[in-house]
Amino acid sequence: MANLMYWEAIRRAHDEEMANDPLVIAMGEDIGVVGGTYKATQGLYEKYGPERVMDTPISENSYTGLGIGASFIGVRPIIEIMSVNFAWLALDQIFNSAAKVRYMSGGQLTAPVVIRSPGGTAHQLGAQHSARMEKVFMGIAGLRVVTPSSPKQAYGLLKSAVRCNDPVFINEHELMYNLKGEVPDEEFFHPLEGSDVAREGSDITLFGYNISVRWSLQAADILSKQHGIECEVIDLYSLSPLDREGIKRSVSKTHKAIIVEEAEAMVGVGSEVMAIINEECFFELDAPPVRVSAAHVPIPFNHKLEQAAVPDAKDVVNAVLATLGKS
Amino acid sequence: MLSTDDKKRLLQEMLFARRFEEACYQGAQERKIGGFVHLYPGQEACAHGVFKAARPGRDYAITGYRDHIHAILCGADPKEVMAELFGKETGSSKGRGGSMHIFDVEHRFMGGYSLVGGPFPLATGIAKGIQLKGDDDISICFLGDASNNQGTFHESLNMASIWKLPVLYICENNLYGIGTRIDRSTSELDQYKRAAVYNIPSAQADGQDVETVYEAAKIAVDHVRSGKGPYFLELMTYRYRGHSMSDSNAYRDDKEEAEWAKRDPIKILRDRLIEAGDYSMNEYKALDKKLIAEIDDDIVKFAEESPEPDVADLEKYVLADNDPYVRGSMN
Ligand SMILES: Cc1ncc(C[n+]2csc(CCOP(=O)(O)OP(=O)(O)O)c2C)c(N)n1
Ligand SMILES: [Mg+2]
Repeated sequence: MANLMYWEAIRRAHDEEMANDPLVIAMGEDIGVVGGTYKATQGLYEKYGPERVMDTPISENSYTGLGIGASFIGVRPIIEIMSVNFAWLALDQIFNSAAKVRYMSGGQLTAPVVIRSPGGTAHQLGAQHSARMEKVFMGIAGLRVVTPSSPKQAYGLLKSAVRCNDPVFINEHELMYNLKGEVPDEEFFHPLEGSDVAREGSDITLFGYNISVRWSLQAADILSKQHGIECEVIDLYSLSPLDREGIKRSVSKTHKAIIVEEAEAMVGVGSEVMAIINEECFFELDAPPVRVSAAHVPIPFNHKLEQAAVPDAKDVVNAVLATLGKS
Repeated sequence: MLSTDDKKRLLQEMLFARRFEEACYQGAQERKIGGFVHLYPGQEACAHGVFKAARPGRDYAITGYRDHIHAILCGADPKEVMAELFGKETGSSKGRGGSMHIFDVEHRFMGGYSLVGGPFPLATGIAKGIQLKGDDDISICFLGDASNNQGTFHESLNMASIWKLPVLYICENNLYGIGTRIDRSTSELDQYKRAAVYNIPSAQADGQDVETVYEAAKIAVDHVRSGKGPYFLELMTYRYRGHSMSDSNAYRDDKEEAEWAKRDPIKILRDRLIEAGDYSMNEYKALDKKLIAEIDDDIVKFAEESPEPDVADLEKYVLADNDPYVRGSMN
């Protein structure tokens, strides 16, 4: 078992998949000569050359469309969009082409592209560099959305995304690239669907994904040590489709739910999970589910305002205590 | 032609810009300034020459994230620009924007934007507004070479051309988009030729010599102001530092950097003034000292001592306050 950083895990998945299949290519801005803004493709340009590790111009919609077109005839592009904020520019090709060709061609054509991009609020990057866009992607039929919370998932989900015959959007996080974690030495493919029990508990369920899994685990730790409260933490690494069974199973066990998301509550992961709870296991609930989400504002530059806008582990602790009537 | 006084003034302003940006660098190093910070040293002659030929504060200007100096040249108070970088309530955008999003609408600096290519249509739309209002102002859009690979470049130039909009596109061609050299990203190296295919008059000029920039910009500004439609001016330049604070410039070779350092815009103008007998090295040194002191004692101090925004105001500025049409109270 190697201890890898999140970016190293992603790099390793690229390397293995590119070695395995000559039609797997990497594309994106500054991914070649520079090796990637977050080093996810470091050394691959030297190893596989400019035809397979393509430094693209700043033309998000068109290079994404180009990758989608290439995927129509068997190429497997892994497209890096430097920041999810720039993925807005490529939505036309992602939504109107990649997500729809299988359906509108009656199953003749498919776009097996992988689009990877870091979302989230990092440190004072300002309103135009702090978007959390997973809610936008997960609302589109024909697209899979996964979001790794650990180096192991980052590796295994990318491996599966490359092999899968559907377009997959991988939502990474700027603050997670240097995070370390165990990744098995032998090759493995993480399932694209489902959810993980990141921590077992009986008092309340915390649903998280990506960075909010980490906040949830931190909160669970504090709650266990300081208050004797045992939280179950469910890692929703697949945002589309969401794991209805996994959600139902945990709520039926703990009877209380909190959804922790970095994005604004409006039209978000939390509203979807609450709707699923409502549909699948409403009568299992002992308390109304609660969302811990961001304020409904463009992310401010000032660091205090920024911190106030985005939730953290402390907010999760408070929400748990409030739900259990202990605050 | 620029007078000797004009030139001295430009020298002073360019040196101020250089020292201001170095103070920003320092502030970021000391972690007093957060987020991405993109600096202007090396490119000073571009904005200074263009604004000298235009009517800063009256003509509209817009740019990308490398925006501090453009804002100041439009008339923004350098103290407020610095305070914005520090995230303070006294900043140009009240601490909400940061380095990449300086705004000073009073001086018609319509903002710094951080998505590459985003300002092209905005500048073009401002020009549409000017045309509708019948004013003789112009809209000036400053962007980099690599931005021209966005669809917005092509789409905006086409519209500006068919509708003869009063917009001046300034391309500050510093040969790189972050770490990717222009010849690896762009099929036509001369950017002014790309504008020409939209039937927009265009030119290329040395962006290191502020007098040359001024002369070229004067032709451009006159063209646009006279109602003949858009113009595209490409200025050949170079940034000294990395793309932003976190970029080490490892992809550039030392020889190239040394070649460009020889053509420093401040040195070129200073030496020309000295050679003509209008200026001395002692005057220059005294000026430099004065500017550095002013920036430290006045500008940075103001930013440091200013208050931060109140967290209770987090949701301020999301939407208009008390708009009568929101609740039907206009009836
Ligand atoms: C839509 C979008 N894509 C990518 C980026 C990342 N990015 C920021 S600046 C930049 C390079 C821009 O180069 P250029 O237009 O030449 O301007 P310069 O920085 O050289 O002044 C890139 C790729 C971005 N901010 N926005
Ligand atoms: Mg450039």
